[in-house]
Amino acid sequence: MDQRTLLLTILGMALVTYIPRALPALTLSSRSLPGPVRRFLSFVPVAVLSALLLPSLLAPNAQLDFSGSNIFLWVSLILLPICIKTRSFFGTVAMGMGLVALARWLFGV
Amino acid sequence: MHSTDNAATTSDMPGQASRQEKIASGVRQALPVVLGYIPVGFAFGVLGAKVGASVFNVVLMSVLVYAGSAQLIAAGLLAAGAAPLTIIVTTFIVNLRHMLMSASLAPHLRNMSKWEQALFSFQLTDESFALHSGRFQDPHGPAAKAETFALNVTAHCAWVFGSWLGVTASTLIADVRPVGLDFALPAMFIALLVAQTHSRLQLCIGLGAGLLSTGLLLAGVNQWNVILATVIAAALGAYLEERWTNERCC
Repeated sequence: MDQRTLLLTILGMALVTYIPRALPALTLSSRSLPGPVRRFLSFVPVAVLSALLLPSLLAPNAQLDFSGSNIFLWVSLILLPICIKTRSFFGTVAMGMGLVALARWLFGV
Repeated sequence: MHSTDNAATTSDMPGQASRQEKIASGVRQALPVVLGYIPVGFAFGVLGAKVGASVFNVVLMSVLVYAGSAQLIAAGLLAAGAAPLTIIVTTFIVNLRHMLMSASLAPHLRNMSKWEQALFSFQLTDESFALHSGRFQDPHGPAAKAETFALNVTAHCAWVFGSWLGVTASTLIADVRPVGLDFALPAMFIALLVAQTHSRLQLCIGLGAGLLSTGLLLAGVNQWNVILATVIAAALGAYLEERWTNERCC
Protein backbone atom coordinates (compact mmCIF):
# COMPACT_ATOMS: atom_id res chain seq x y z
CA MET A 1 0.00 0.00 0.00
CA ASP A 2 1.40 3.40 -0.92
CA GLN A 3 1.65 6.13 1.72
CA ARG A 4 -1.26 8.13 0.27
CA THR A 5 -3.66 5.19 0.38
CA LEU A 6 -2.37 4.38 3.85
CA LEU A 7 -3.08 7.96 4.94
CA LEU A 8 -6.67 7.69 3.71
CA THR A 9 -7.01 4.29 5.42
CA ILE A 10 -5.80 5.85 8.68
CA LEU A 11 -8.37 8.64 8.36
CA GLY A 12 -11.08 6.01 7.83
CA MET A 13 -9.85 4.04 10.84
CA ALA A 14 -9.87 7.23 12.94
CA LEU A 15 -13.46 7.98 11.92
CA VAL A 16 -14.88 4.51 12.64
CA THR A 17 -13.01 4.48 15.96
CA TYR A 18 -14.11 7.95 17.04
CA ILE A 19 -17.84 7.65 16.32
CA PRO A 20 -18.54 4.76 18.75
CA ARG A 21 -16.29 6.45 21.32
CA ALA A 22 -18.05 9.80 21.17
CA LEU A 23 -21.68 9.09 20.30
CA PRO A 24 -22.88 7.69 23.67
CA ALA A 25 -20.90 10.28 25.67
CA LEU A 26 -22.34 13.16 23.67
CA THR A 27 -25.93 11.92 23.51
CA LEU A 28 -26.48 10.11 26.82
CA SER A 29 -24.72 12.43 29.27
CA SER A 30 -27.52 14.99 29.48
CA ARG A 31 -30.49 12.66 29.88
CA SER A 32 -31.44 10.35 32.72
CA LEU A 33 -31.51 6.75 31.59
CA PRO A 34 -34.21 4.21 32.44
CA GLY A 35 -33.50 1.87 35.37
CA PRO A 36 -32.72 -1.31 33.41
CA VAL A 37 -30.22 0.57 31.19
CA ARG A 38 -28.55 2.07 34.26
CA ARG A 39 -28.31 -1.39 35.80
CA PHE A 40 -26.84 -2.79 32.59
CA LEU A 41 -24.26 0.01 32.40
CA SER A 42 -23.30 -0.47 36.04
CA PHE A 43 -22.06 -3.97 35.15
CA VAL A 44 -20.14 -2.83 32.06
CA PRO A 45 -16.86 -1.83 33.78
CA VAL A 46 -16.33 -5.14 35.56
CA ALA A 47 -17.56 -7.17 32.56
CA VAL A 48 -15.51 -5.40 29.89
CA LEU A 49 -12.28 -5.23 31.91
CA SER A 50 -12.53 -8.93 32.68
CA ALA A 51 -13.49 -9.77 29.07
CA LEU A 52 -10.31 -7.99 27.97
CA LEU A 53 -8.01 -9.36 30.66
CA LEU A 54 -8.96 -13.02 31.06
CA PRO A 55 -8.38 -14.18 27.45
CA SER A 56 -4.91 -12.59 27.55
CA LEU A 57 -4.08 -14.58 30.70
CA LEU A 58 -5.76 -17.93 29.90
CA ALA A 59 -5.19 -18.04 26.13
CA PRO A 60 -2.36 -15.65 25.24
CA ASN A 61 -1.94 -17.09 21.75
CA ALA A 62 -5.62 -17.88 21.17
CA GLN A 63 -5.03 -21.30 22.75
CA LEU A 64 -5.53 -22.33 26.38
CA ASP A 65 -2.13 -22.28 28.04
CA PHE A 66 -1.78 -23.68 31.57
CA SER A 67 1.89 -24.52 31.09
CA GLY A 68 4.64 -23.17 33.30
CA SER A 69 5.77 -20.81 30.58
CA ASN A 70 2.54 -18.79 30.81
CA ILE A 71 4.10 -16.52 33.44
CA PHE A 72 1.39 -13.84 33.25
CA LEU A 73 -1.23 -16.35 34.44
CA TRP A 74 0.76 -17.64 37.42
CA VAL A 75 1.95 -14.19 38.45
CA SER A 76 -1.66 -12.96 38.26
CA LEU A 77 -2.79 -15.76 40.57
CA ILE A 78 -0.13 -14.75 43.11
CA LEU A 79 -0.90 -11.06 42.63
CA LEU A 80 -4.68 -11.35 43.09
CA PRO A 81 -4.79 -12.14 46.84
CA ILE A 82 -2.04 -9.59 47.51
CA CYS A 83 -4.03 -6.96 45.64
CA ILE A 84 -7.27 -7.85 47.48
CA LYS A 85 -5.42 -7.60 50.81
CA THR A 86 -3.42 -4.41 50.17
CA ARG A 87 -5.85 -2.59 47.82
CA SER A 88 -2.79 -0.76 46.53
CA PHE A 89 -2.94 0.33 42.89
CA PHE A 90 0.72 1.22 42.37
CA GLY A 91 1.85 -1.57 44.69
CA THR A 92 0.04 -4.14 42.54
CA VAL A 93 1.50 -2.80 39.29
CA ALA A 94 5.05 -2.60 40.69
CA MET A 95 4.88 -6.03 42.32
CA GLY A 96 3.38 -7.59 39.18
CA MET A 97 6.18 -6.27 37.00
CA GLY A 98 8.75 -7.32 39.61
CA LEU A 99 7.36 -10.88 39.83
CA VAL A 100 7.30 -11.24 36.04
CA ALA A 101 10.90 -10.04 35.80
CA LEU A 102 11.93 -12.35 38.64
CA ALA A 103 10.19 -15.39 37.12
CA ARG A 104 11.88 -14.77 33.78
CA TRP A 105 15.25 -14.38 35.45
CA LEU A 106 14.83 -17.50 37.61
CA PHE A 107 13.29 -19.82 35.02
CA GLY A 108 14.59 -18.22 31.86
CA VAL A 109 11.18 -18.33 30.14
CA MET B 1 -2.86 33.90 64.75
CA HIS B 2 0.01 32.22 63.01
CA SER B 3 -2.22 29.60 61.46
CA THR B 4 -4.54 32.21 59.93
CA ASP B 5 -1.50 34.03 58.51
CA ASN B 6 -0.35 30.83 56.89
CA ALA B 7 -3.78 30.11 55.53
CA ALA B 8 -3.90 33.60 54.02
CA THR B 9 -0.54 33.26 52.29
CA THR B 10 -1.14 29.76 50.94
CA SER B 11 -4.56 30.69 49.61
CA ASP B 12 -3.17 33.61 47.62
CA MET B 13 -3.88 31.82 44.37
CA PRO B 14 -6.13 28.99 45.44
CA GLY B 15 -7.44 28.16 41.97
CA GLN B 16 -4.01 27.96 40.38
CA ALA B 17 -2.31 25.97 43.12
CA SER B 18 -5.06 23.35 43.32
CA ARG B 19 -5.27 23.20 39.53
CA GLN B 20 -1.56 22.37 39.35
CA GLU B 21 -2.03 19.75 42.03
CA LYS B 22 -4.90 18.23 40.06
CA ILE B 23 -2.79 18.12 36.91
CA ALA B 24 0.10 16.52 38.80
CA SER B 25 -2.28 13.98 40.30
CA GLY B 26 -3.70 13.13 36.85
CA VAL B 27 -0.20 12.63 35.43
CA ARG B 28 0.69 10.44 38.42
CA GLN B 29 -2.38 8.24 37.99
CA ALA B 30 -1.49 7.73 34.33
CA LEU B 31 1.93 6.35 35.26
CA PRO B 32 1.10 2.61 34.98
CA VAL B 33 -0.53 3.33 31.61
CA VAL B 34 2.61 5.19 30.49
CA LEU B 35 4.77 2.23 31.53
CA GLY B 36 2.52 -0.07 29.50
CA TYR B 37 1.93 2.17 26.49
CA ILE B 38 5.54 3.05 25.69
CA PRO B 39 6.65 -0.55 25.04
CA VAL B 40 3.43 -1.53 23.23
CA GLY B 41 3.53 1.69 21.18
CA PHE B 42 7.16 0.91 20.48
CA ALA B 43 6.21 -2.57 19.24
CA PHE B 44 3.58 -1.01 16.98
CA GLY B 45 6.14 1.49 15.63
CA VAL B 46 8.61 -1.30 14.84
CA LEU B 47 5.86 -3.26 13.03
CA GLY B 48 4.84 -0.12 11.17
CA ALA B 49 8.40 0.40 9.95
CA LYS B 50 8.57 -3.26 8.96
CA VAL B 51 5.44 -3.07 6.78
CA GLY B 52 6.84 0.05 5.10
CA ALA B 53 4.67 2.75 6.66
CA SER B 54 6.26 6.20 6.80
CA VAL B 55 7.19 7.78 10.14
CA PHE B 56 4.47 10.35 9.52
CA ASN B 57 1.77 7.72 8.96
CA VAL B 58 2.78 5.65 11.97
CA VAL B 59 2.69 8.69 14.26
CA LEU B 60 -0.53 9.93 12.65
CA MET B 61 -2.24 6.61 13.31
CA SER B 62 -1.21 6.75 16.97
CA VAL B 63 -2.47 10.34 17.26
CA LEU B 64 -5.79 9.87 15.44
CA VAL B 65 -6.78 6.23 15.99
CA TYR B 66 -5.14 5.78 19.42
CA ALA B 67 -6.28 2.19 19.98
CA GLY B 68 -3.57 -0.34 20.74
CA SER B 69 -5.06 -3.66 19.70
CA ALA B 70 -6.70 -2.24 16.56
CA GLN B 71 -3.43 -0.62 15.45
CA LEU B 72 -1.46 -3.83 15.97
CA ILE B 73 -4.11 -5.77 14.02
CA ALA B 74 -4.00 -3.13 11.26
CA ALA B 75 -0.22 -3.51 11.04
CA GLY B 76 -0.70 -7.25 10.67
CA LEU B 77 -3.31 -6.74 7.96
CA LEU B 78 -1.02 -4.32 6.12
CA ALA B 79 1.74 -6.92 6.22
CA ALA B 80 -0.70 -9.43 4.73
CA GLY B 81 -1.56 -6.97 1.95
CA ALA B 82 -5.18 -6.43 3.01
CA ALA B 83 -7.38 -3.88 1.25
CA PRO B 84 -8.06 -0.50 2.94
CA LEU B 85 -11.75 -1.33 3.43
CA THR B 86 -10.90 -4.61 5.20
CA ILE B 87 -8.62 -2.71 7.59
CA ILE B 88 -11.24 -0.05 8.28
CA VAL B 89 -14.07 -2.56 8.89
CA THR B 90 -11.85 -4.68 11.15
CA THR B 91 -10.87 -1.56 13.12
CA PHE B 92 -14.54 -0.68 13.50
CA ILE B 93 -15.42 -4.11 14.90
CA VAL B 94 -12.41 -4.28 17.22
CA ASN B 95 -13.09 -0.79 18.60
CA LEU B 96 -16.88 -1.10 18.90
CA ARG B 97 -16.45 -2.03 22.58
CA HIS B 98 -15.59 1.61 23.32
CA MET B 99 -19.24 2.38 22.69
CA LEU B 100 -20.19 0.51 25.86
CA MET B 101 -17.42 2.25 27.80
CA SER B 102 -18.53 5.64 26.53
CA ALA B 103 -22.17 4.89 27.51
CA SER B 104 -21.08 3.70 30.93
CA LEU B 105 -19.09 6.89 31.62
CA ALA B 106 -21.68 9.24 30.05
CA PRO B 107 -23.63 10.01 33.26
CA HIS B 108 -20.37 11.21 34.86
CA LEU B 109 -19.63 13.68 32.05
CA ARG B 110 -22.52 15.97 32.86
CA ASN B 111 -20.30 18.77 34.16
CA MET B 112 -18.38 18.92 30.86
CA SER B 113 -19.19 21.07 27.84
CA LYS B 114 -19.90 19.34 24.52
CA TRP B 115 -16.37 20.19 23.37
CA GLU B 116 -14.87 18.70 26.51
CA GLN B 117 -16.99 15.58 26.06
CA ALA B 118 -15.82 15.34 22.45
CA LEU B 119 -12.17 15.63 23.52
CA PHE B 120 -12.66 13.19 26.39
CA SER B 121 -14.17 10.61 23.98
CA PHE B 122 -11.26 11.04 21.57
CA GLN B 123 -8.91 9.79 24.30
CA LEU B 124 -11.12 6.98 25.57
CA THR B 125 -9.16 3.72 25.53
CA ASP B 126 -9.47 0.47 27.48
CA GLU B 127 -6.89 1.75 29.93
CA SER B 128 -8.22 5.28 30.38
CA PHE B 129 -11.71 3.78 30.79
CA ALA B 130 -10.40 1.41 33.44
CA LEU B 131 -8.96 4.32 35.41
CA HIS B 132 -11.90 6.71 34.94
CA SER B 133 -14.64 4.22 35.78
CA GLY B 134 -12.91 3.84 39.14
CA ARG B 135 -12.21 7.55 39.63
CA PHE B 136 -15.75 8.64 38.73
CA GLN B 137 -17.22 6.37 41.42
CA ASP B 138 -15.25 8.25 44.09
CA PRO B 139 -17.72 9.22 46.83
CA HIS B 140 -15.70 12.37 47.63
CA GLY B 141 -17.46 14.25 44.86
CA PRO B 142 -17.00 14.58 41.11
CA ALA B 143 -13.50 14.08 39.70
CA ALA B 144 -11.74 17.31 38.71
CA LYS B 145 -11.69 17.99 34.98
CA ALA B 146 -8.04 19.12 35.09
CA GLU B 147 -7.08 15.76 36.61
CA THR B 148 -9.18 13.84 34.07
CA PHE B 149 -7.63 15.56 31.06
CA ALA B 150 -4.09 15.54 32.49
CA LEU B 151 -4.43 11.77 32.84
CA ASN B 152 -5.74 11.36 29.29
CA VAL B 153 -3.18 13.63 27.64
CA THR B 154 -0.31 11.95 29.51
CA ALA B 155 -1.42 8.49 28.38
CA HIS B 156 -1.98 9.65 24.78
CA CYS B 157 1.48 11.30 24.67
CA ALA B 158 3.07 8.08 25.96
CA TRP B 159 1.36 6.09 23.19
CA VAL B 160 2.44 8.53 20.46
CA PHE B 161 5.96 8.80 21.88
CA GLY B 162 6.34 5.01 22.05
CA SER B 163 5.15 4.62 18.43
CA TRP B 164 7.50 7.35 17.25
CA LEU B 165 10.40 5.76 19.08
CA GLY B 166 9.57 2.38 17.54
CA VAL B 167 9.39 3.58 13.98
CA THR B 168 12.49 5.81 14.15
CA ALA B 169 14.83 4.00 16.51
CA SER B 170 13.78 0.38 16.44
CA THR B 171 17.36 -0.82 16.96
CA LEU B 172 18.24 1.52 19.84
CA ILE B 173 16.25 -0.14 22.57
CA ALA B 174 16.62 -3.65 23.85
CA ASP B 175 13.73 -5.98 24.63
CA VAL B 176 11.50 -4.76 27.49
CA ARG B 177 10.63 -8.30 28.59
CA PRO B 178 13.45 -8.69 31.15
CA VAL B 179 12.09 -5.71 33.15
CA GLY B 180 8.52 -7.02 33.10
CA LEU B 181 7.21 -3.81 31.51
CA ASP B 182 4.88 -5.84 29.30
CA PHE B 183 2.99 -6.84 32.44
CA ALA B 184 2.27 -3.23 33.53
CA LEU B 185 -1.15 -3.11 31.84
CA PRO B 186 -2.40 -6.58 32.87
CA ALA B 187 -1.35 -5.80 36.47
CA MET B 188 -3.18 -2.47 36.30
CA PHE B 189 -6.32 -4.24 35.02
CA ILE B 190 -6.15 -6.68 37.94
CA ALA B 191 -5.86 -3.82 40.46
CA LEU B 192 -8.74 -1.90 38.87
CA LEU B 193 -10.94 -4.99 38.62
CA VAL B 194 -10.41 -5.72 42.30
CA ALA B 195 -11.16 -2.10 43.20
CA GLN B 196 -14.37 -2.08 41.15
CA THR B 197 -15.85 -5.38 42.26
CA HIS B 198 -18.20 -4.33 45.04
CA SER B 199 -20.62 -7.27 45.27
CA ARG B 200 -20.71 -11.00 44.85
CA LEU B 201 -22.94 -10.59 41.80
CA GLN B 202 -20.39 -8.27 40.19
CA LEU B 203 -17.67 -10.83 40.90
CA CYS B 204 -19.73 -13.56 39.20
CA ILE B 205 -20.56 -11.32 36.23
CA GLY B 206 -16.90 -10.34 35.86
CA LEU B 207 -15.73 -13.94 35.95
CA GLY B 208 -18.53 -14.97 33.57
CA ALA B 209 -17.64 -12.22 31.10
CA GLY B 210 -13.96 -13.17 31.19
CA LEU B 211 -14.61 -16.88 30.71
CA LEU B 212 -17.18 -16.25 27.96
CA SER B 213 -14.77 -13.89 26.19
CA THR B 214 -12.06 -16.58 26.39
CA GLY B 215 -14.48 -19.26 25.17
CA LEU B 216 -15.56 -17.16 22.22
CA LEU B 217 -11.91 -16.46 21.36
CA LEU B 218 -11.16 -20.20 21.42
CA ALA B 219 -14.24 -20.82 19.25
CA GLY B 220 -12.75 -18.51 16.64
CA VAL B 221 -14.91 -15.42 17.31
CA ASN B 222 -11.72 -13.45 17.71
CA GLN B 223 -12.81 -9.88 17.01
CA TRP B 224 -16.28 -9.88 18.51
CA ASN B 225 -15.44 -11.80 21.68
CA VAL B 226 -14.92 -8.84 24.04
CA ILE B 227 -18.05 -6.91 23.09
CA LEU B 228 -20.29 -10.00 22.89
CA ALA B 229 -19.14 -11.30 26.28
CA THR B 230 -19.57 -7.86 27.85
CA VAL B 231 -23.09 -7.33 26.53
CA ILE B 232 -24.27 -10.82 27.51
CA ALA B 233 -22.71 -10.74 30.98
CA ALA B 234 -23.82 -7.17 31.80
CA ALA B 235 -27.37 -7.93 30.60
CA LEU B 236 -27.44 -11.05 32.76
CA GLY B 237 -26.16 -9.02 35.71
CA ALA B 238 -28.84 -6.36 35.23
CA TYR B 239 -31.55 -9.05 34.93
CA LEU B 240 -30.44 -10.94 38.05
CA GLU B 241 -30.08 -7.77 40.11
CA GLU B 242 -33.55 -6.62 39.09
CA ARG B 243 -35.10 -10.00 39.92
CA TRP B 244 -33.37 -10.23 43.27
CA THR B 245 -34.36 -6.73 44.37
CA ASN B 246 -37.97 -7.46 43.32
CA GLU B 247 -37.98 -10.72 45.27
CA ARG B 248 -36.67 -8.97 48.36
CA CYS B 249 -39.31 -6.25 48.38
CA CYS B 250 -42.37 -8.32 47.39
